Formats: sequence, structure tokens, C-alpha cells
Amino acid sequence: MGNRSSRFLFKMLAGSLLRRRSRMAVALFGIALGATALLGMVTLCYDIPRQLTREFRSYGANMVFLSSGQAPLSLDAVEKAVPLLPGDHLLGLTPFRYLPVRSAMVPYTMAGTDFSQAAKTSPYWRVEGRWPEKENEILIGADIAEFARLEPGRTLPIDGRNSSMSRFRKDLLICGVLRTGGAEDGLLFMNLAAMEAMTGEGRLADVVEISLSMKEEDLRALAAAIQAAVPGLEARLVTRVTQSEASVLGKLDMLVTLVAMVVLLLTMICVATTMMTVVLERRREIGLKKALGAENRRIVEEFLAEGILLGAMGGLGGALCGFAFAQLVCMHVFGRSIDIVFSLIPLTVLVSVGITIAACLAPARQAMNVEPALVLRGE
Amino acid sequence: MNILDIRDLCKIYGQVAALLDITLSVGQGEWVAIMGPSGSGKTTMMNIIGCMDKASSGSVILDRQDLSRLSPAELTAIRRDKIGLVFQQFHLIPYLTALENVMVAQYYHSLTDEDEAMQALVRVGLGDRAGHLPRQLSGGEQQRVCIARALINSPSLLLADEPTGNLDEANETIVMNLLEQLHREGSTIVLVTHDLEVAAHAQRTVFLEHGRLARIERNTGRLPPE
Repeated sequence: MGNRSSRFLFKMLAGSLLRRRSRMAVALFGIALGATALLGMVTLCYDIPRQLTREFRSYGANMVFLSSGQAPLSLDAVEKAVPLLPGDHLLGLTPFRYLPVRSAMVPYTMAGTDFSQAAKTSPYWRVEGRWPEKENEILIGADIAEFARLEPGRTLPIDGRNSSMSRFRKDLLICGVLRTGGAEDGLLFMNLAAMEAMTGEGRLADVVEISLSMKEEDLRALAAAIQAAVPGLEARLVTRVTQSEASVLGKLDMLVTLVAMVVLLLTMICVATTMMTVVLERRREIGLKKALGAENRRIVEEFLAEGILLGAMGGLGGALCGFAFAQLVCMHVFGRSIDIVFSLIPLTVLVSVGITIAACLAPARQAMNVEPALVLRGE
Repeated sequence: MNILDIRDLCKIYGQVAALLDITLSVGQGEWVAIMGPSGSGKTTMMNIIGCMDKASSGSVILDRQDLSRLSPAELTAIRRDKIGLVFQQFHLIPYLTALENVMVAQYYHSLTDEDEAMQALVRVGLGDRAGHLPRQLSGGEQQRVCIARALINSPSLLLADEPTGNLDEANETIVMNLLEQLHREGSTIVLVTHDLEVAAHAQRTVFLEHGRLARIERNTGRLPPE
């Protein structure tokens, strides 16, 4: 018996959806629009902080490795720490070794580094000329170029002493001028391996800059774990970067959450209005069903079933459009694709159904109050 | 045996008496027409007999049940189980086929039976129109679907409100012949109309004036005089 009733209920719902296409299309559009906005906002809410964390990395590294003692940090210790860094969040890891050198009696600081990594951890470096490729090639800071009137193509003879006070000297070719607007403009830069060969020192670094796309609290936990695991290595956060990043992301999170809640509210209003219109349009039909002996419970059941069907269909369509919307926004603003979280699809459908049911309650109550006699008289 | 017994029925709206001291009985298998000008209380009486409104005083006993003592839910059940309604404006559900419109009444009554609904349509001469939507049917055909829907649950009383009010002469004849056939088969019919010719098909005509029962006439010939 229940089976036959359910089958006829489904028949009525299908008839209502398929034979009142234009009306139902409007209702579906309203629900789908709400679901699109909802899923789009939730996806952006999840993705924008992730995208911005990557954007923040253009301001430089957010973690450094230092030696915990007086001696420079051994790169062997750094290699032990590298496996502890989460590979999917690691954007770059750049060692720096600083040595005092002289050229024509003028003192300079020479920094040895890995240029391929430096471009990742310090994307704000601008090089006029080209990046060093050979062992004897160097970059000079913009301040040095101006002060000593040096330019790419000139040779710079330098000499100095290593940490064991052994002398070294070499003629180096300037291949580019580095401009950062920071302390780097007052330094000379050469390849770290070439520097080790020139000075005869072992594999040492004064500081290792690391760029990770992670939140401040996760970075803090990671630093503590690395420090505990690798003796002689001190892992520190670059506080001015991580704190301002956390502050901006926190505010953005709040803003996006607020917008998502407003969207949710607007969605509910949109769906409720749609369902109320459906009830108003069908007062005569409700009156007729009551005149035929339909109990209020059956009328409410029918409205809820129709609401669930509309919510599920609109929610599914809206979820797909929501991803497209979030993708479009992300591509335009960040030039990168979003991470599609597929679990959001059933969640959006469920929320849409939930909202539709909630939105149906007031119209269903209205339907219960429809007097068959009034409606059948055309009032 | 009477299927409907109305005693001292009054219906008051504020200061206005829509029905005053109506007393009327309708026997099992009888056909009674209720006539009167606009505002005479025909629709109010139909609503009360049809369990869509309650009397202010007096009693209405339908099939041994006093309607004035019943709750709204119980009145709904009476409407579903004992009354078949035929409306002037047909009131078919526009997105359901003729067959499904008949099955709606089954759905709210107990359980749907497509074969039985089809037989009801055949009975009113619409077996070949079962899959049509109301907008694809003529006025007369829609009214016949409405009659099939009213009969599907074998009601004790068929209550028809101006069933030919929206029909042309040809369709009026078809519908009245159908009602006559139902009456011959044993249906009890109460028909509200303002048309003397339609009322003449009934066995008795009850005349209402200003909410009061003016007179009751027995239609001997059952056909309107020329």
C-alpha cells in the first residue's frame, strides 16, 4: 500500500516538475543560484587563505635555520632537517654564507648562496644583467654598483681570509646588478659551491632561509620539531612576516566567513520567497486537495517532498556552477587554479535540501491554513 | 432511510444570517436540487453539507453522523469517505492527466488503483482521453473527469455545485444525462443550481430565499416543462 502511495506521490511530483516547467525552472534557478553563491563562497573561503599564503611568500622566507652555537651551521645538519619539512608546502630553501672580502682596499661582504633557490625564497630580487652561471661570476648589490661605479661585464679582483685565516684571492666577473631595496643591495653574491672552492672551507652556512606555505601555528610546531630532532640547528620563524601574515589572514577569514553567512541568509530568503510564491500560486490546488479529503499532514508531506526534490536538483546544479564561479574568481585574481574539494558537493546538496525544507516550513504552515471553501469559490 | 437530515440549521456571519432555520431531509438514492437567487444561501448550505464549513446552530446528520459535533480532522475524513464533490469550475489539477486527476481522490482516500480509475473514466465516456491534461480537454470533458473523480470512492452523497454553469448546451445535456444515469444506478445527489431546467432533473427542488427555505416542490415529470 505504502509502495503504491509513494509511487503516486512521485508521479504527482514528476508531473508538477515536468509539466510546470517554467514555474519550476524559476524555483530551481533560485535554489541553484543560492547553492552557487554558497559553494563558491565556501570554496573561496577555503582557497583564498591558501592562495594568499603563497602570495605572501613573495615577501620572503618565513623560517630560518641558524647555528645554535658560535660556529657556522653545517650543511650536513641542514640536510638532516630537510626531510622534516613538508614537501607539498616547501616553496624554497636557500643557504647563505657571509665572508668579508676586499677589492682595491675597499671592504665588502660576499654572500655565497644557491641562486636557483634564492629566486624561490626571494622572488622580489630583481637582476639587471643576468644571473651567475659560471664559478667566477657574481652579482653585485645596486648600492655597491653605484658607489664603486661598477657595471656588468667588469672584472672585480677580490681577496680575503677564510675562517681558518688562510688567504684566498680571485678575479670575479660581474654579470648582473641585484636590486631589492633592502640590505642585499650592499652585498656581493656568488654561488655557494664556487665560494667553498675559492675559500677552501667545508660546507657551511650562516643562515638558511626557508619559504613554506603554512600558517603561523603550524610553522611554530614545525620549528620546534626540527629543533628537537637536529642538534646544533636552531629553527626560528621570521616573526615580522609570519605575524603580519597571520593578522591579514585572520581578518580575511573573518571577512569571508561573514560574507558566506550573509550569502547563506540571502539564499534562505531567496528559497523561502520562491517556495512561498509556489504555495500562493497553488492555493486553489491545495484547497481542492483539502476538499477531496487530504489531511494537513499529507499536504505538508507533498510540499516537503517537492522542496527536497527541488533542493537536491538545485543544490547539485548550483554546486557545479559554484566550482566554476570560484575557479573563475581565482583565475582572475590569483592567476592560479582552485583546489576542488569534492566532498563539498554532497555537503552543498544537503545544505540546499536543509535550507529548502526550512524555507518550506512557513509556506507549508500557510498551506495548512488554506480553507477549501474559500479557495474553491475563487477567493 | 435518510442519508441527510438537516434540523433548524442556522449560519450567521457577524450580523448577517446566511441561513435561518433550514430543515430538510434527503433520502437514500434521492436527487434533490437546491435553487435560489444569488445570496440566497445556496453555497453556504453546500459548504456545510460538504463539511467545508460549520453551522452556527442546528444539526446536520450525514449518514448517521452529526457534522456539528465533529472536529476539523473528522470533517476532513467525512469529506474524503462519504462525499463526492462536483464543482462549477471543474477544479482539476492542471499538471496531472485525466486518469491521475481521478487517482488523486483515491490517493487521499486509501490507495490508488489505476484500473479502477480507468473504469471510472470509461463510465463517464472518457476512456480514450485518460492520458490527456485538463487543458487538452473540453469543458464538458473536464466536468466528466470531475464527476469520475467524485464517484471513485463510492461516496454516500454526490454534491454538485452548478455542475453545468460553465458548459454549453451540448455538454450540459451530456453531463445531465450522466447524472441521471448515476441516479438510476442508486447515487444520492444534492445539486445546487440557479437553472430551472437543470433543477427539473431532480425529484425535488428546494427553493431558498434570503437564507430561508421558501418552499419544496416535487418534480413529477422529472423533465422541464416546455
